[in-house]
Amino acid sequence: MSGRIIETRDLRKTFEFGDVVVHALRGISVEVPTGQFVAIIGKSGSGKSTFMNILGCLDRPSSGTYRLEGRDISDRSADERAELRSEQIGFVFQAFNLIPRTSALENVELPLVYGGVSRSQQHIRGLEALDRVGLAHRADHHPSQLSGGEQQRVAIARALVNQPRLLLADEPTGNLDTSTSGEIMQIISELNRDQGITVVLVTHEPEIAAYADRVLTFRDGEIIADAAQLQPLPTSPAPPAKAEMSRDVAEESA
Amino acid sequence: MKLLRMAFTAALRALRRNKLRSSLTTLGMVIGVAAVITTVGIGQGATRAIEDQIASIGTNLLVVMPGTRQRGGAHSGWGGASSLTLGDARAIEREASFVDSVTYMRSGAVQVIYGNSNWATTLLATTPVFQVVGNTDIAQGEFFTERDVQTGARVVLLGQTIVDQLFESGEDPIGAVVRIRETAFRVIGVLERKGGSNFSGDRDDNVIMPFTTAVRRVLGNRLPGMVQQIMVSSIPSVDSLSAAAEIEEIMRHRHRLKPSDDSDFTIRTQEEVSDMMGNVMGIMSSVLMGVASISLLVGGIGIMNILLVSVTERTREIGVRMAVGAKGRHILIQFLVESIILSMLGGMIGTGLGLAGTMAIARVAGFPFVFSLAAVLGAVLFSGAVGMFFGFYPARQASRLDPIASLRYE
Repeated sequence: MSGRIIETRDLRKTFEFGDVVVHALRGISVEVPTGQFVAIIGKSGSGKSTFMNILGCLDRPSSGTYRLEGRDISDRSADERAELRSEQIGFVFQAFNLIPRTSALENVELPLVYGGVSRSQQHIRGLEALDRVGLAHRADHHPSQLSGGEQQRVAIARALVNQPRLLLADEPTGNLDTSTSGEIMQIISELNRDQGITVVLVTHEPEIAAYADRVLTFRDGEIIADAAQLQPLPTSPAPPAKAEMSRDVAEESA
Repeated sequence: MKLLRMAFTAALRALRRNKLRSSLTTLGMVIGVAAVITTVGIGQGATRAIEDQIASIGTNLLVVMPGTRQRGGAHSGWGGASSLTLGDARAIEREASFVDSVTYMRSGAVQVIYGNSNWATTLLATTPVFQVVGNTDIAQGEFFTERDVQTGARVVLLGQTIVDQLFESGEDPIGAVVRIRETAFRVIGVLERKGGSNFSGDRDDNVIMPFTTAVRRVLGNRLPGMVQQIMVSSIPSVDSLSAAAEIEEIMRHRHRLKPSDDSDFTIRTQEEVSDMMGNVMGIMSSVLMGVASISLLVGGIGIMNILLVSVTERTREIGVRMAVGAKGRHILIQFLVESIILSMLGGMIGTGLGLAGTMAIARVAGFPFVFSLAAVLGAVLFSGAVGMFFGFYPARQASRLDPIASLRYE
């Protein structure tokens, strides 16, 4: 296992709105070993989304350093950050953010379009990714024809299709009911456990944070708690829906 | 290349997603380009028609017409004076060295009767030289002769329109007897169909008979020796302006004009006529092109407007695209390509419609359809350029969006 995928040193971010200066991050130093599943919890305004945006190379810190896989990327240009996002990072959003009136497959293929992958490869890999979340049979459906849980599974497939090292999930279950949330978390933990993808997940629900190896608690732009968790999950009795789901996935990807 | 291909794919998908809007946006360009193509087509067709007509008359033709008549300070229009005579024509034939042949004519409105049918038409009274000078071909029968003119023979040639109107199809008009003004005339020939129209109406709607016959039997002897036009063909080696100068000299001498007097006749050369027509066509084409270009401009603004709306509406989509790895220039090119596809598609459809419209108008108006590859390529490329120009601003707006704000955009 190769060391640390994420390493931040004294990460600070300030926003200025006229005369008002908001300190969104006040010196975050954190290391995430490759393959870890990290949950970030905290109230809204605690800085967790800003931190996620910097981790996801969507934003740059005002000061401090951010190393992704050992490379300092704190002050990369917009284009370089776009390349990093394309090659290393997968995003899952609360609002799914699928492109409307576009088939599930085309949505999944989107990162490959910008990654310069050939049309035929886009197709093959797009279908593989859909298959991994158990939705290969829904490839032609538009987002409006899919349930919330299915839409989020398509979004996960989209995040996976580039074989990223890091999966960032911002409240992925925030718009879903409890049992669907369980299905989504099941898929995410399997990706973490079986494929070694590092996961950073923002949530404010303790039950969701419970899936993680480690929980970071944010308040007012600082980490106030950093707790490792035992991993009871794989052996814990899962709700029936979850168990079925995981069997489905296992069968379809087999 | 790869960048363009992916932008093209993304743009096509985006356009397909909103078919109705895409087609309505395109409509502006379609109409604009169709208008331009039709304008150019009509302009070229009309110009060609005029050129053909002038070529068929011959560039060495000069026409002498009566001048204006001034009475108490009031000018009449051209042709108002009855100042041209047979004597003038003969003098030109006799004295002018640059002249090849001379004919003259009078015309009048007549009613031609055959059996139970009749038709109002124009009578041209002239001499056999008219056949050459006026470039008149005979479809059937033959032209009348110098002898027919001397004897005042009651013979007539009919234009195709008259034949169509008076005779059953398949009936041979040659040798038939038609009546004009209570006099019977034998049909000795039918004129070749000239087709189309000039600017004074149907060129096949007339009858031709010997000058003397017409004056004696039809037009009346009220102004003996008066002619309406003298037509002169100059010898080929001489330019028409020199020939015109020589004729003017002879005419002024015959009409006993003092050097200070205005001429009481005018001489038109074909070059003058064709230059004048060319100018008129040029001005008309420019005006129409101007109007048509405005519709292209409006089409372009329509595309820009829709793209701006589209960028706002698709802010989230743009954020997602950026999050999954799209660079600013991917977004820029995608929107630019969308704009260019819309406008060029509009350009192509518009070109098709424009060509069809030109063909239809050419058929109705009776001028040749001129296909201009340059105009077609120009229209399509220009519409692409319009798309690029008007698409750039919205595309740049899109490419400069902040991914984080875009992802949160409601």
